[in-house]
Amino acid sequence: MMSMETTNDCCEDMRSPVTSRRALLFGGASFAAWAYLPKFARSADGRDPRLVVVILRGALDGLATVAPIGDPDYAGLHGSIALTSGGPNAALPLDNFFSLHPAMPEFARMYREKKAAVVHAVATSYRDRSHFDGQDVLESGFAGPGRVQSGWLNRALEGLPKGERVTSALAIGPTAPLVLRGAAPTVGWAPVALPQAAEDTAMRLLELYQHRDPALANALKQGLALDKAAQGDDMKPKPGTNGAGAMRLVARGAAKLMAADDGPRIGALAFDGWDTHANEGGPVGRLAQLLGGLDGAFAEFEAGLGARWRDTVIVVATEFGRTARINGTQGTDHGTGTVALLAGGAVKGGRMIADWPGLKPANLYQGRDLAPTTDLRAVMKGVLKDQFGLAERVLAESVFPDSTAVKPMQGLVG
Amino acid sequence: MARDSQAALVALNRFGLGARGGASGDFLNAASDPRGFVKAELGRPNGVLLEMPGLQSTPALGKAVFDYQFGIQQARDAAAKAAPAPATEGQPSPDAKAQRRNLSLNSIAMDMAPKESASKESAPGERPAKPPENPNAAMAPAEAMRPNVPKPPPPPPPLNIIQKTFRAEALARLQRGIIADCGFTERLAVFWSNHFCISVNKGGPARMWAGSFEREAIRPHVLGRFGDMLKAVEQHPAMLFFLDNQQSLGPDSRAGKNRNRGLNENLAREILELHTLGVGGGYSQEDVTALANIITGWTYAGRLGQLGPPGSFVFNANAHQPGAQRVMGKIYDAAGVAQGEAVLADIARHPSTAKFIAGKFARHFVADDPPPALVARLADVFTRTDGDLKALATALIDSDDAWKAPLSKMRSPYDFLVATGRLLAQIPNDPGRYLGGLNALGQPLWAPAGPNGFPDSNAAWAAPEGIKLRLDMSAQIASRLADGVDPRDLLELVAADAASSETRRTIERAESRQQALALLLMSPEFQRR
Repeated sequence: MMSMETTNDCCEDMRSPVTSRRALLFGGASFAAWAYLPKFARSADGRDPRLVVVILRGALDGLATVAPIGDPDYAGLHGSIALTSGGPNAALPLDNFFSLHPAMPEFARMYREKKAAVVHAVATSYRDRSHFDGQDVLESGFAGPGRVQSGWLNRALEGLPKGERVTSALAIGPTAPLVLRGAAPTVGWAPVALPQAAEDTAMRLLELYQHRDPALANALKQGLALDKAAQGDDMKPKPGTNGAGAMRLVARGAAKLMAADDGPRIGALAFDGWDTHANEGGPVGRLAQLLGGLDGAFAEFEAGLGARWRDTVIVVATEFGRTARINGTQGTDHGTGTVALLAGGAVKGGRMIADWPGLKPANLYQGRDLAPTTDLRAVMKGVLKDQFGLAERVLAESVFPDSTAVKPMQGLVG
Repeated sequence: MARDSQAALVALNRFGLGARGGASGDFLNAASDPRGFVKAELGRPNGVLLEMPGLQSTPALGKAVFDYQFGIQQARDAAAKAAPAPATEGQPSPDAKAQRRNLSLNSIAMDMAPKESASKESAPGERPAKPPENPNAAMAPAEAMRPNVPKPPPPPPPLNIIQKTFRAEALARLQRGIIADCGFTERLAVFWSNHFCISVNKGGPARMWAGSFEREAIRPHVLGRFGDMLKAVEQHPAMLFFLDNQQSLGPDSRAGKNRNRGLNENLAREILELHTLGVGGGYSQEDVTALANIITGWTYAGRLGQLGPPGSFVFNANAHQPGAQRVMGKIYDAAGVAQGEAVLADIARHPSTAKFIAGKFARHFVADDPPPALVARLADVFTRTDGDLKALATALIDSDDAWKAPLSKMRSPYDFLVATGRLLAQIPNDPGRYLGGLNALGQPLWAPAGPNGFPDSNAAWAAPEGIKLRLDMSAQIASRLADGVDPRDLLELVAADAASSETRRTIERAESRQQALALLLMSPEFQRR
């Protein structure tokens, strides 16, 4: 089998970069292809960096995830859903001002071990309140919602030197998130448990597609290859798995793929469900269940990446935050400032990174939201620069266009 | 009459739900008069309505679900009194509070999970299907099929009223799709239902009302006026529940003052962003808040029926924010429910709405990037006819652009399974296989991940994982249904002389009927529209 083919020049190329521009990967259990590898991997410092970007769709309540319990205005604003430092479901203290949601013991442990950090009062440059535009800005890396069909992580990939033999970036889930769509090749994977069609049937179909529908040939080829690579006995979902379990399952499969010697170095996935308009819950309840799932995903990445965890950074980001004040239905509405979470063996952790604006009414953005003081792009740029040695100029011009003024945050990765 | 096989593919697949099998003659009819074949259904406006024995009105269903949940609550209270025990957080009761989350990725992952107790249940098929859905269907593993599971499943618990209703509504919709002549008006109904989507994962009432919402608020207006559909949708209990409006109280209303609860902007925001103007359509946060204030009091009567018949739309003046409000630069005087109706009427005919709807319509039917001239023409028709949706559909069919564009779009999972059912003449008397198949392929019925509905692009439906799953699904269907059919004959029904020589050869050379049928179902001629 060929290990690689050129991208097909087919009718769908212009329309659907997600499926058609991915490299065609094939080659048995190790689906290697010529792609992108950081220049310094396995060189002087012995690092083989990995990066996972997790998008939380629906606008995570950063004030509920990492609560500024030391801020005198917090408890009043967040009302009945505010976290507290005492009581049966006490928040987990990170320092003498901020505390972590009690559903996240794994992240708290990583923080204590200095392998996790929080950036607070962070936001993209987007200041309106549409999820879909907000996600567009977060993932496209442009300063405003545009109509670009490529994401910053994909363009970062393009900025890397080419030539080593590893697979492309990994898009985890049923569709590739925008952050990873673009010209650089990516591969996709999602957990699967249907009985498989016979290999012979698949090969015949592949041949038909190659003659008649190159875009579908491309997609099918990747679907077959990745399926094979990701499957193991522990990948079978357990009946009755709840939402948190599904997040873990996704993370486990992704970690397995990314742990391989020739596996993807960069991955992206999205978890839905963070739009907590009503009945958000406090230390327990709906948001707590979601955060517990996210916490479990961190643990799965740590366990599944094994020795690679040492060189890994996971960045969790969301399109915007939620209102500082709870609304009339025990939830929160679309807000602005929120948190970004970093975890992984390569993170210089154990730190809260925040230029805290305070929650006094006059300090709230539009009188509603935690005011953002840190541009999320600075966080992403800092990680990309430290993990992969991407030049500031590349970051400012092609990865995050027109962002020269936003300097990469220093020292996130150690 | 001249026969245009290529146009027949467009008529059947782009605009309809695919050719039916047997002696339907669909392909020949479509080939001899493609436009007429599609348009025929537009002349029968009542044909969009879905009325079947046993399907009930929203108030009747509301009363049933309220009573059911009340009964559960009472039983739980009694049990708690008998044996006081700490309530466990992680164990929501099955029905009373089905989950409120939208976890598309997660639920898909779970829905792909094999269910140990389920043997086969996933796709179009003839056998009456077995086990009831788990009450928390979205959280439960799908009715995925696992052949050769040795042990018979334990006897299923009886269906509760919510599960029964959901399945009856699903069955009615599926049957209609499978028997429809062309399926163009069904495609329209599904399009509008997705545009104004709710999700059954919101909880019991949403699961109970998903079908009646579509029957009552969408279908009567599919060939009517957009403004009427908009009003029917935003005043329907299912939408009010889905986007929390029944909880929203005007801060200065009597109820708001008494109960220390307040405004929820959810419905107002989605009305502007997703239902009418579209994001970037010219509204501001102030407009959202003003509209949220205006529609406070739009709710439905509860179990006790204090404001009206349980489960019916009512205007609760006690919850309504008093006073005039400004939306999109226009002042709306206080006038109870009429205040909100006036706003809806105005934004329904706003130029941004025309543009947004025209673009989405063309993207759904023609191409991910539809010809700009077509979009402009549709927007113009929408504006000139004051949102006449029959005129909009007619303009689409009359447009040469809509017929000339290459068949580049992938069928959605719903369209794929229904088209398969049509081709193989599988009119279900139980929706289980279809529902399981939709779960597995990532388009669970009436359960999109967010209020923006299911995606409508090749990026969503032609992705590697999805294609592989579709192949597995096709192989399963074929393994069950290929006996007694000749896939070569079926290819004539699907595409006749518009079939490519490669597809023809691939099917002819398959090593079994099963393999040939799986390949036919996966062929570009069947998957592309």
